[in-house]
Amino acid sequence: MHELGIMRNIVSIVAEHAKGYTVQRVTVALGKLAGVDGQALHFCFDVVSRGTVLEGARLELREIEARGRCRRCHAEFATPTLYTPCACGSRDIERLAGEELMVREIELDADSIPDLPLSARA
Amino acid sequence: MCIDCGCSDGATATMTNVKSGEISDIRHDAGGRLHDSAHQHSHGHDHDHHHGHHHHGHTHSHGHAGVIDLQQSLLEKNDALAARNRAWLAGREVLMLNLVSSPGSGKTSLLERTIRDLHGRMAISVIEGDQATVNDGARIDAAGAPAIQVNTGTGCHLEADMIEQALGVLKPRPGSIVFVENVGNLVCPSLFDLGEKAKVAILSVTEGEDKPLKYPHMFRAAKLVLLNKIDLLPHLDFDVERVVAAARDVNPDVDVIKISARTGDGLQDWYNWLESQTSNV
Repeated sequence: MHELGIMRNIVSIVAEHAKGYTVQRVTVALGKLAGVDGQALHFCFDVVSRGTVLEGARLELREIEARGRCRRCHAEFATPTLYTPCACGSRDIERLAGEELMVREIELDADSIPDLPLSARA
Repeated sequence: MCIDCGCSDGATATMTNVKSGEISDIRHDAGGRLHDSAHQHSHGHDHDHHHGHHHHGHTHSHGHAGVIDLQQSLLEKNDALAARNRAWLAGREVLMLNLVSSPGSGKTSLLERTIRDLHGRMAISVIEGDQATVNDGARIDAAGAPAIQVNTGTGCHLEADMIEQALGVLKPRPGSIVFVENVGNLVCPSLFDLGEKAKVAILSVTEGEDKPLKYPHMFRAAKLVLLNKIDLLPHLDFDVERVVAAARDVNPDVDVIKISARTGDGLQDWYNWLESQTSNV
């Protein structure tokens, strides 16, 4: 359940940048090989966001397909697993995408500032 | 229970100095990790938020709102703290290794044996991670090495700020080795850099040969795999070649050393590996 810790990081980062505004949407980029389960993130979101400026916000997960480039033959290809070899047989693969784990974007409610209790604002 | 994040006192991570018995809380907010902004109240639950009052309500123009492009890595804070630990360790020429495995693979037994065998040759200290109890810390202490026990409460892995605080108490000698025995878990610890020089994955022959394929993140992150309990091989249908092949599928460059922490088989290779790592900290 490291998703709980990851979600605390999401809430922390977002609250820091929201500066007291109510957050309407959080967009998180999640690579398919990032080692983090999207469903578990959704599950933790409600609990962790309660009482913060993120309460009630929509969590949008953008799943990113994994791709790699072979260091031997330089072919680019989809890597559904961490150990998908290149068609040429090489396992020396540079990961191009699929391990993302970042807050991409947040959307704030411009009219939200006056009503929230201070304890909910970071 | 704290309403902001749901953490409760029982779930707070604690640190025990095994020698002195002194117990202290791991301060989540000390190094600026996890919830230091969403979660600025103290754990004494003083919800008196006078500070910061003037920041809000009148200093913001509405022009700040809307869509904000962040692109911020979720592990950035942990990674930054890990980098700090790494620099701190390098400055003292201390080799820190992060031992990861499933529960019951023999991490603590291996450490006990290593501490006894290398007594007088290498100075060793240990940071023990478990959800609960100081049992493993006590075993390390009995084996003759200083130990700090970190109890993560509900946490499934160690994070860099816990190590930062444990190192501050442990004060490892220059030129020594610090073993971090992570929480027994092949999933979560792979994501969290602690500032170690390398991860060492321990896999026992009573587990499945395909474990590296089932937990590829961990085996890919490891520099060395120790295949433990090889004294049991005559009683098992365990195919050593298959597990080595699986580990190399995930991590082509990984070293594999076969050992028995009980009989001592293969341990000299492990000690040689340790020595090779200390020579270029």
